[in-house]
Amino acid sequence: MAGDFPRGQTAIAGIATYGIGECPGHTTMEMAAKAGLLALADAGMPLSQVDGLFICLPDDVLAGLSFAEYLGLSPRFTDCNRTGGSAFLSHVATAATMLAAGYIDTALIAYGSNQRSGGGKLSTPVGSNVWEAPYRPLFPASSYALAASRHFHEFGTTRRHLAEVAVAARAWANGNPEAFATGPLTIDDVLAARMLSSPLSVKDCCLVTDGAAAIVLTRTDRARDGAKPLVPVLGAAVATWHNAISQMPDLTTTAASESGGRAYAMAGIGPSDVDVVQLYDAFTINTILFLEDLGFCPKGEGGRFVENGGIAPGGHLPVNTNGGGLSCCHPGMYGLFTIVEAVRQIRGDAANQIPGVDIALAHGNGGTLSSQATVILGSAATL
Amino acid sequence: MSEAAPQAQWRAALAEGRFLLQRARGSGTIFFPPRLAEPRSGDTDWEWIEASGFGTIHAVTVIHPRPPEPPRAVALVDLDEEVRLMSEVEGLPAEDIAIGLRVRARIGERDGAPILLFQAA
Repeated sequence: MAGDFPRGQTAIAGIATYGIGECPGHTTMEMAAKAGLLALADAGMPLSQVDGLFICLPDDVLAGLSFAEYLGLSPRFTDCNRTGGSAFLSHVATAATMLAAGYIDTALIAYGSNQRSGGGKLSTPVGSNVWEAPYRPLFPASSYALAASRHFHEFGTTRRHLAEVAVAARAWANGNPEAFATGPLTIDDVLAARMLSSPLSVKDCCLVTDGAAAIVLTRTDRARDGAKPLVPVLGAAVATWHNAISQMPDLTTTAASESGGRAYAMAGIGPSDVDVVQLYDAFTINTILFLEDLGFCPKGEGGRFVENGGIAPGGHLPVNTNGGGLSCCHPGMYGLFTIVEAVRQIRGDAANQIPGVDIALAHGNGGTLSSQATVILGSAATL
Repeated sequence: MSEAAPQAQWRAALAEGRFLLQRARGSGTIFFPPRLAEPRSGDTDWEWIEASGFGTIHAVTVIHPRPPEPPRAVALVDLDEEVRLMSEVEGLPAEDIAIGLRVRARIGERDGAPILLFQAA
């Protein structure tokens, strides 16, 4: 059962990013607020119309309250839901159903992080639980490494396969002026990089950058007169199976297999209908797991799917066309950036524009392969 | 039915040298970490049992700190009771701890507290 979803009844009317890469001297609030104002300007809507607020900030668990105060909003609904980096895609599910029900009229989803300028380390209030912490895994890298070790064992996936993911992300980043990490990167570079938590080297890990993003959601009938092409939300589904990696039911199958299946059913499409894919690539193994779990290749075939530039420019499926968390930006929670790039691709103004995009899939990951959220966006032609 | 606070009960047992698991009386399912109820069913009718201590390495990663600190392995162990937990394997070089390796639990001490560790079986 997919669950009821108001397919196409809501649309993303505005998007923005701000401060991607390095944004010295800014607070997380300043960055998120700037992105929010830019997204509203993009939508051609006044700030006063926002009556639904969805936000995460790395340093404020009550960010929704603080953000409302900061911009002088008085939302009818405020959501500080944090399911890790998938939170913002989860926000889309909540906002879309509330908008369609008439509970709210205009939703703003925002995020900002200054983790690079602020300290240079992954900014997260989260860590290993009490059953794992005594063994000192690197959080979260070792959790993903354990999943990768199992994928290697069961399916013959190799470090070279992982490296393909990093190299593809860099190739896309090299065409995106907004991307933080650019320049040549080869398979051999990744294989020779310093090992962090085997089989993951430092080049298998996402960036540590600053960055903010925001999107504006409203009902499709209100978005039709906007300045930008209509980007309706066709499906949004969320699934959580565990938190700690030691409790993941199967280390090689994520809850994306559930969220993806439900999102496809809501949208009335399948993987073969998707023109461009944006996945939360906190680590190279993520991309392989999500390509499998979202049905772009059979389970276990993800490594071979990305071989020979399979997801790089000119490959058989365009994945993470902005450079992803591996080479575009990773401010700590990357999820919202998957939606921004998906919207740009449908609007037709992405840096690495894929011709004729009608359907884009954005997928967020939270925790340690734990919380999964899939959003399927369409063009006006899909309504 | 056991008293509440199963986490504290488990820790107290570990301090006495006993490695306990929970078993739901209805389904017979064994579970860990300690909880108030069997996952999924919510069944609160469970009992403590002694773990066999035997298991198999299910997944492993070798962490490479900056030298001079040596590499060290962190593993997920599948106990023979079909529960999974994170731990370390003592007495072997990190690179020799492979998926499929048979291991046996030992209660050690770290930072003044008992800790569950494993050795090659």
